[in-house]
Amino acid sequence: MSIRRFALAALASAIFAGPVAAAETLLNVSYDPTRELYSEFNAAFNKHWQAQGNEAITIQQSHGGSGKQARAVIDGLRADVVTLALAGDIDELYKLGKLIPENWQERLPQSSTPYTSTIVFLVRKGNPEGIKDWDDLVKPGVEVITPNPKTSGGARWNFLAAWAYAQQKYGSEEKAQEFVEKLYKNVPVLDTGARGSTITFVNNQIGDVLLAWENEAFLALKEEGGDNFEIVAPSLSILAEPPVAVVDENVDKKGTRKVAEAYLNYLYSDEGQRLAAKHFYRPRNQAIAGEFAKQFPELKLVTIDKDFNGWKTAQPKFFNDGGVFDQIYQAQ
Amino acid sequence: MSRRTSPVIPGFGLTLGYTLVYLSLLVLIPLGAMFVHAAQLTWAEFWAIISAPRVLAALKLSFATAFAAAVINGIIGTLLAWTLVRYTFPGRKVIEAMIDLPFALPTAVAGIALTALYAPSGLVGQFATDLGFKIAYTPIGITLALTFVTLPFVVRTIQPVLADIPREVEEAAACLGAKPLQVFRHVLLPALLPAWLTGFSLAFARGVGEYGSVIFIAGNMPMKTEILPLLIMVKLDQYDYTGATAIGVLMLVVSFILLLLINLLQRQIAKS
Repeated sequence: MSIRRFALAALASAIFAGPVAAAETLLNVSYDPTRELYSEFNAAFNKHWQAQGNEAITIQQSHGGSGKQARAVIDGLRADVVTLALAGDIDELYKLGKLIPENWQERLPQSSTPYTSTIVFLVRKGNPEGIKDWDDLVKPGVEVITPNPKTSGGARWNFLAAWAYAQQKYGSEEKAQEFVEKLYKNVPVLDTGARGSTITFVNNQIGDVLLAWENEAFLALKEEGGDNFEIVAPSLSILAEPPVAVVDENVDKKGTRKVAEAYLNYLYSDEGQRLAAKHFYRPRNQAIAGEFAKQFPELKLVTIDKDFNGWKTAQPKFFNDGGVFDQIYQAQ
Repeated sequence: MSRRTSPVIPGFGLTLGYTLVYLSLLVLIPLGAMFVHAAQLTWAEFWAIISAPRVLAALKLSFATAFAAAVINGIIGTLLAWTLVRYTFPGRKVIEAMIDLPFALPTAVAGIALTALYAPSGLVGQFATDLGFKIAYTPIGITLALTFVTLPFVVRTIQPVLADIPREVEEAAACLGAKPLQVFRHVLLPALLPAWLTGFSLAFARGVGEYGSVIFIAGNMPMKTEILPLLIMVKLDQYDYTGATAIGVLMLVVSFILLLLINLLQRQIAKS
């Protein structure tokens, strides 16, 4: 444990050692697709923070796979706040590291999730395979690209969305398992992360449909100009809730609790919500969601808490060793 | 012993102490920590983890592809070293420098580039598709990535040895009536073999542990194209540190045994 902690501390200091600044610093440890959102949000927050009569602060951001980021914090990376892909990863900060209290998710509005996203399909221009809904993904010959849910937080949302659809449409867990089994038979490559899958689909031209975060899909479209791909919204998907939390243990040691809490609260402000929407996350604030209504297709959404009894139940049942996902591949 | 003969440069105690501290900090303590962590498991638990079908499939794949890559580099690498040592031609210095590139390049970059090239729609991969087989996302792709990453080992280990064998030795053998193949078999090969085995085992060992370049080209399909280091990452993503160290210990032990065997073989050859 201590060796790992030492190694990570050394790594972290190598990455974050800048010129020693007198100003306070805040480290936001986040997951991959929020890079653009937080670089804009950090500047906005800093302005707001100074307008309230405070000293300017230096905000550092770190991005990577959600699970790896959580592990880095557990192993000693001094994050003031974490903004990760799923509550299950932040739960581990309590379970393994005792860095936050068990009820962390009750401390901020809407289960500590200031913005949400969902899972949509990205298909090639003109939708040559005529993909409209989940049923089209299990047709023979259709190639589906999605990362490995054992190593990717985003992929777990994909899996659960497919499961929820099949369970509602075909009425039982057995049918749902058959459905996802068929779906994963159509997956030729299981990348380890969401960005890897995007590379496989967009750059290497593998597959007919990519299961993606809505915000990632929009970002991909924006970057390539909409010439090669289009977004298809399925009839039902899952409300992906990437939550945020102050890391109590670290802010109390560093004396940054006040600014860390203000930082997360600002995500719920009108400006924070607008920035989230600008970067293709669905804002929680209904008035602001209304302003961006045209941008987001309307979908029927299931939630992890209501339909899957939360991550504490879903993670071991579906994704841990011997879970449903493993059974799919043992059966083949 | 060395004391009695009193070496020209003194400092045996100092250098040995330094060596031990250095090795301990870099190798012994980290690996020891892994064993200690894995020791939290009972034998039955440990056995259950390492005998899971997916772990066994990955074990076979990792060692087989690393072995294949080491064999390919053993043959092609010898050829490369031969060409570089025995002939002078324009551009030799450039090729010489290129050999080391796989070491300098971040392995993820290599993985992404190779995948783009050898994927079914890629520049080279499309020809394979026409011929009816796939390179990327199969064990062939994994071997390819490993061959790339371990390319310098064999070349660099046998190059100096080859350069030290004077041409006159070959000429002498030819004068005595040996055919080219016999010269190779009886004159060159015995001299080269120890160095060749060193290069081979370095390439093999490096290939077994390689992660960055492989995950992009492997496809990572359970039971088919999942390498052992990936399974370690999978365990870590479940916050299962002990399970991850168990697989780590398994890899270490198997690698150690294989390297030991190669070492014994080397000694046997040196004796004969």
